[in-house]
Amino acid sequence: MAILTLLQAVNEGLKTAMRDDSNVLVFGEDVGPKGGVFLATEGLTSEFGEERCFDTPLSEDGIVGAAIGMAMNGLRPVAEIQFQDFIFPAFDQIVSEAAKLRYRSGGQYTAPMVIRTPYGGGIRGGLYHSQSGEAYFCHTPGLKVVTPSTPHDAKGLLIAAIQDPDPVLFLEPKALYRSVKGEVPEGSYTVDLSTTRTVREGDAVTVFCYGAMVPVCEKAAEQAEESGISVEVIDLRTLYPLDEQGVLAAAKKTGRVVTVHEAPRFCGYAAEISAIIAERAIEYMEAPVTRVTGFDTPFPNTLEHHYLPDHRRVLDAIERVHAF
Amino acid sequence: MSDYELRTVLDSSGGAGDHDSGLSDAELMHCYRSMLMVRAFDDTAMKLQRSGRIGFSIPNRGIEATQVGAASALRTTDWIFPSYRDFGMALYHGVSATDMMHNMFGNALDASKGRQMPVHFSFEEPIHFVSISSPIGTHIPQGVGAAHAMKLRGEDSVALISFGDGGTSSLGFHSGLNFAGVWKSPAVFLCQNNGYAISMPTEKQTASDGFAVKGEAYGIPAILVDGNDLLAVRQATAEGVARARAGDGPTLIEAKTFRMGGHSTSDDPSKYVPKELLDEWEEKDPVPRFEAYLASKGLWVEGDRETLYSGCMAEVKEAADLAQATPLPSLETIFSDVYEEVPQHIRSQGEEAYDLLRRKGDAGGGGGEFPL
Ligand SMILES: Cc1ncc(C[n+]2csc(CCOP(=O)(O)OP(=O)(O)O)c2C)c(N)n1
Repeated sequence: MAILTLLQAVNEGLKTAMRDDSNVLVFGEDVGPKGGVFLATEGLTSEFGEERCFDTPLSEDGIVGAAIGMAMNGLRPVAEIQFQDFIFPAFDQIVSEAAKLRYRSGGQYTAPMVIRTPYGGGIRGGLYHSQSGEAYFCHTPGLKVVTPSTPHDAKGLLIAAIQDPDPVLFLEPKALYRSVKGEVPEGSYTVDLSTTRTVREGDAVTVFCYGAMVPVCEKAAEQAEESGISVEVIDLRTLYPLDEQGVLAAAKKTGRVVTVHEAPRFCGYAAEISAIIAERAIEYMEAPVTRVTGFDTPFPNTLEHHYLPDHRRVLDAIERVHAF
Repeated sequence: MSDYELRTVLDSSGGAGDHDSGLSDAELMHCYRSMLMVRAFDDTAMKLQRSGRIGFSIPNRGIEATQVGAASALRTTDWIFPSYRDFGMALYHGVSATDMMHNMFGNALDASKGRQMPVHFSFEEPIHFVSISSPIGTHIPQGVGAAHAMKLRGEDSVALISFGDGGTSSLGFHSGLNFAGVWKSPAVFLCQNNGYAISMPTEKQTASDGFAVKGEAYGIPAILVDGNDLLAVRQATAEGVARARAGDGPTLIEAKTFRMGGHSTSDDPSKYVPKELLDEWEEKDPVPRFEAYLASKGLWVEGDRETLYSGCMAEVKEAADLAQATPLPSLETIFSDVYEEVPQHIRSQGEEAYDLLRRKGDAGGGGGEFPL
C-alpha cells in the first residue's frame, strides 16, 4: 500500500472515480491546468482531458447550479469550491435546490453530486480562509455532509460520496492536507457514509471530534493516558446523516463526554451531539456533557492559535469531566 | 471587433500630444513617486514573505499606473471600495507605509487588530478605503449603496468600486451594476483587466469581447482604457467622476493591464502564464512610459528612478522593522468588536480563555484579567 498525504489521497480518489466511471467530471475555479490552489486536482486535466476536468468562471452559484443540472441529466459532477469560506454565493443552490430536488419532485429528479471544499483553520488564513461552516449545512435535510481525517478515509469516503445517489458536501480539513500521511489502498474502495471511526479505545472519557480536530484530540488523549485517564476518541466523519447509535453507544460506554470542533459554539455541531445524549442517554452520564469549540466570534488571523481548540484545551476538558 | 477603442494618452516615447492632465509638476511627481512606492512596498513584502517574516502578500507589479491613475482622479471626500490588489490607491492618498506594514504583520497597531490576512487593509483617513473582504464581488453592491447614500444625503462625493476581470463573474458585479444603472448612482466601476484570475485567462471568464461592453446591458456608459498609461486612466476616471458628481449616473471603466507577478505569494505563475506574454507586457511597463513623459517636461533625468526608489525602499524597510517590533494584538481582540457591546456568552468565553492561559501558560497574546 502506498503512503500518501490526505491531499494525495483526495487526488487519488478523484482519479480512481474518473477511471471507473466516464460520467464523473471535475470542475471549479483553477482546478484545470493549475490543478487547484492546493493541487488536489493536479494531473486530472492531463489524464482525462479538458472535457472532464475544467476551469469555470468565478461564480460559486454557477458552479453548483451547473453541477445540479449535470447531475439531473446523467453525469456525476464533482464541483470544487476553492475555500469553504467562498461557498455562500452557492448557498441557495445547495440548500434550496440540490438538497430539495428529490423531495420536491417526488423522486423524479435527483442530484447525485459532490461538492468538495477545503475548510477549517490552521493556515493563518484569517476571517475568510479558515471557517468551518458545517453547522449551516448539517441543518439541511437532503444533503449529506462528510469530512475525513485520514488519507484512507479521504479516498474511501470521497469515492463513496461520488457513487452516492444524493448530494454530498465533502469538507476537506485543509490543515491536514499535507500534515497527515497514511496507508491508502490502490484502486477503488469505499468507506461507508453511515459510520463513525474509533480512533482509539478507552473507558473513562469519550471524545467526539472530526476533521482537523482528530489529531488534536488524539494528542490530548495520549497526555490524559499518561496521567491515568483512559480516553476513547471517535471520529464522526459523516456528520449528516449521523450514526446516532454509534454515538450513543460510545457515550454510554464512559458516561463522560467531550465534543470538539473548530467552529463557533452557539448552534454548533457539538450542540446536536449534546442534545442527542441528553435526550437518549442522560441516565448514563456521570458528568456534564461538555464542548470544546472555537469562540463565538469571527475567525482571527494573528491569534488563530488561541481561537482554535488545541490539545491543552481538550485535555483541560477531559480532566474536568473526569474529575466531576 | 470591440466597439470600444482603447484610449491612450501617452505614446511609447512619452509623448502626450496636446493632452492637458490638469496636474501640476508637483502632482505629476507625486504620481510618479506613488508608483515607485507601490513597487517598493511590493518588493519588500515579497522579501518579507520569502524570509518568513510575514505570511502572505499580493504582487502589484505591472498595474501601478491603473491604481495611481484612478486614485489621482478622486478627492479625499470620495470613497474607495477596493479589491485586495489596490493598495497603490491608498499609498497615493497618503496612507503611510507604517500603517500598511502594521497590517502586513497583523500586530496590535493594525487597523483590523490582526484579524485579517495581510493586504486586507482598512483605512478611514485620509480617504475612505473600505475594509477589504476576501469573498470576490461582495463589495460591488455595497459601493453602490454607499453611492446611493451620497445622493440621498446630498453629498458631493462619488464611490470608486474596483475589482478584477474575474470579479465580473460574481453575483455582486451583476446586482451592483444593475442597481447603479437603475438608481443612476454616483459610482465609478473600475474593472482592472490584468489578464488573469489566479490561473485563468480572461477567455475562460467571459465570452464577451472584453469587459467594457458589459456596461451596456445595465445602461451604463463604458470606457476602455490602457491601464499602463497613467494619464489615460486618470482621464477616464475623471470623466466618470465628473459624470457621477453631475448627477448623470455611473460609468464602467475597463483598464487593460497585466499582472506581472503571481496571483499571490502562494502562486507559481510560470506554470500557466506564457513567457512571451510576460515579455510583451514587460515592454509596456507603466513606469518607464511615465518617465519618458516626465523627461519631456524636464521633470526627470536618467538616475532619478534609482534615487527615488531607494528612498521609498528605506521608508518601507523602516516601516517593516517598526511593525515587526510592535507587539502582537492582545487576547482580548478576539472577543471585541463582534458587537458594539460584548454579549454575555462571548464575555464568558473570553474569561475562560484568560483563565486557561493563566493556568496552562504558553504563547503570547495577553495574560492577566479579561479586560472587556
Ligand atoms: C467568492 C470567491 N470565490 C473565490 C475566491 C478565491 N479567489 C481569490 S482571488 C481569485 C481570482 C480573482 O481574480 P480577479 O477578479 O481577476 O482579480 P485579480 O486577482 O486578477 O486582481 C479567486 C478565484 C474568492 N476570494 N472569492
